[in-house]
Amino acid sequence: MRETIFRRVKLSENPPDIDSSKCIIVRNVNKFFGSKHVLKDINWEIPYGKIYGLLGPSGCGKTTMVKIIAGILEATSGEIYVLGQKMPKLSLMNKIGYMAQSDALYVSLTAKENLHFFGTIYGMSKAEIKRRTEETAELVNLSADLNKPVQVFSGGMKRRLSLAMAIMHDPPVLVLDEPTVGIDPLLRKNIWEELNKLAAQGVTIIVTTHVMDEADKCHSIALMRNGRLIAQGTSRELQDKIGARSLEEAFIYYGGQQDES
Amino acid sequence: MRVRALALRILNQLRHDRRTLALMLVAPIFLLTLVYFILADSTPVIKVAVVNAPAGFEDRLEEQNVRGLRYSESEARLALERGEVIASIKIIGGKSYIEVDGSNPTKAKAALAALEQAKIDAVMSRPDLKSEVTYVYGKEDLPTFDNFGAALIGFIVFFFVFLVSGISFLQERNSGTLEKLLSTPVRRWEIVVGYVLGFGVFTVLQSFLISWYCVYVLKVMMIGSFGLVLLITLLTAMIALTLGMLMSTLANNEFQMIQFIPLIVVPQIFFCGLFDLPAGIEVIGYIMPLYYIADALTEVMIKGSGLEVIAWDLGIILAYSLLFMTLNTLLLKKYRRI
Repeated sequence: MRETIFRRVKLSENPPDIDSSKCIIVRNVNKFFGSKHVLKDINWEIPYGKIYGLLGPSGCGKTTMVKIIAGILEATSGEIYVLGQKMPKLSLMNKIGYMAQSDALYVSLTAKENLHFFGTIYGMSKAEIKRRTEETAELVNLSADLNKPVQVFSGGMKRRLSLAMAIMHDPPVLVLDEPTVGIDPLLRKNIWEELNKLAAQGVTIIVTTHVMDEADKCHSIALMRNGRLIAQGTSRELQDKIGARSLEEAFIYYGGQQDES
Repeated sequence: MRVRALALRILNQLRHDRRTLALMLVAPIFLLTLVYFILADSTPVIKVAVVNAPAGFEDRLEEQNVRGLRYSESEARLALERGEVIASIKIIGGKSYIEVDGSNPTKAKAALAALEQAKIDAVMSRPDLKSEVTYVYGKEDLPTFDNFGAALIGFIVFFFVFLVSGISFLQERNSGTLEKLLSTPVRRWEIVVGYVLGFGVFTVLQSFLISWYCVYVLKVMMIGSFGLVLLITLLTAMIALTLGMLMSTLANNEFQMIQFIPLIVVPQIFFCGLFDLPAGIEVIGYIMPLYYIADALTEVMIKGSGLEVIAWDLGIILAYSLLFMTLNTLLLKKYRRI
């Protein structure tokens, strides 16, 4: 009896028409803040194990979009599916690692205490927290600074700690809002290598950025402007289609097209 | 588990933040000590119950700026208990028997002096017979601070917890950590309860220190149970904490949080029983948490009342806290609906 109820509930959450090869499905999403139309008819699908970039100028709605995917905000209309389930859903939030644009850190606590706190909030065991604290600190090159209070950290160090906090609980989905701002090029390269490694293991990653060369590193890019997705595809595809020589040129082209229509 | 993690985190933050820690622990002691030394006497309106006295006795009292009102013996005792009069006098065979409420020492002294003077002026009295004075509440040399002290403990705990909890919740919102927290499976009520527990544990320490200092160092009059005083200050901390959190959602920065002090905190001082108010205005105090806190503390410390007397006050304080916690949980919906 319980089984059937469970199945029925699951069924209603998983409409038969959703593509099971996609980790994240954004369907006809609109978002209003009061009368302000921030997201306009967004449709976006992201397969498992890929890094998808959301590229656009500040204020275009990137952050709102990723917050809706992470389940912090809710769309005014439209649907979001993450890992085959409709968002927002509290139990899904354990499976998403979210890194905010601003460094959301407790500055009076040490780096280690910050990691421990979120580890406990994610329901990790003491041993897991210890292991992952060491692993993630190693990854973002903060092992030597774990016991320092965050208020003495530089901007780049805070950014790295935020990233460590987002991947702390090994989530199958990562939502990173401008993850590499203020990080030096060498470490940025390391972080991208790590993101690629995670993707190869099956982790699905969304990265927002307004830096073109970073978008080039993604498996696929969605260009965003004034709350609309104006083009999607790989960096190569987007450029070849219109004969552009750089992603920047392509962005200007697609942006101009939107203004004309 | 998550609630515990939140509470531990708050304690950890306080542990690292020496300055706030000092503010919460040392500043109250400093303030109480100051008030203890500077509190001066004032001259309020004084009413006395006259049970049995020669005709014209009230007129003589009036000359001493004390209002005498005729009461029967039982009525007088009741009026004294209710605080409607400060003393009652019964003159039998020229000897006066005075009962006095010593919980307000300034008034009590003025009333006693006036009664003596009026008695000397009266023809029928026998100045050779010494008046017999009984203190119903308090005692003869209760300084003004004792009367204020009880209410002051409540106010000081309320003020500091309100400010610090409000600002730390505000920082949680403004630093983006609240949003990060809401990207985890934490429930909204867990955040609120975590805050209450975290600050709760800390305020146990604070309440203990303040109460201990007042009772054993400043030697504020205290005939009730120290445990009850602790219980009241703890509930005070809880209501201040939940109200502080609630108010912080209406503030955009620390400065705006400070702006709530003259709006939320200061008015409560006027209505918490430290001042004698006209009956009409006094009613406003009934909606203010500090009124119940001050009442409960005065009952326990000066009148030695037990739990059954202050249960009503504690119930209201607890109900307020629960209301504020519920409102906080609902207000967090602004940030995440589920």
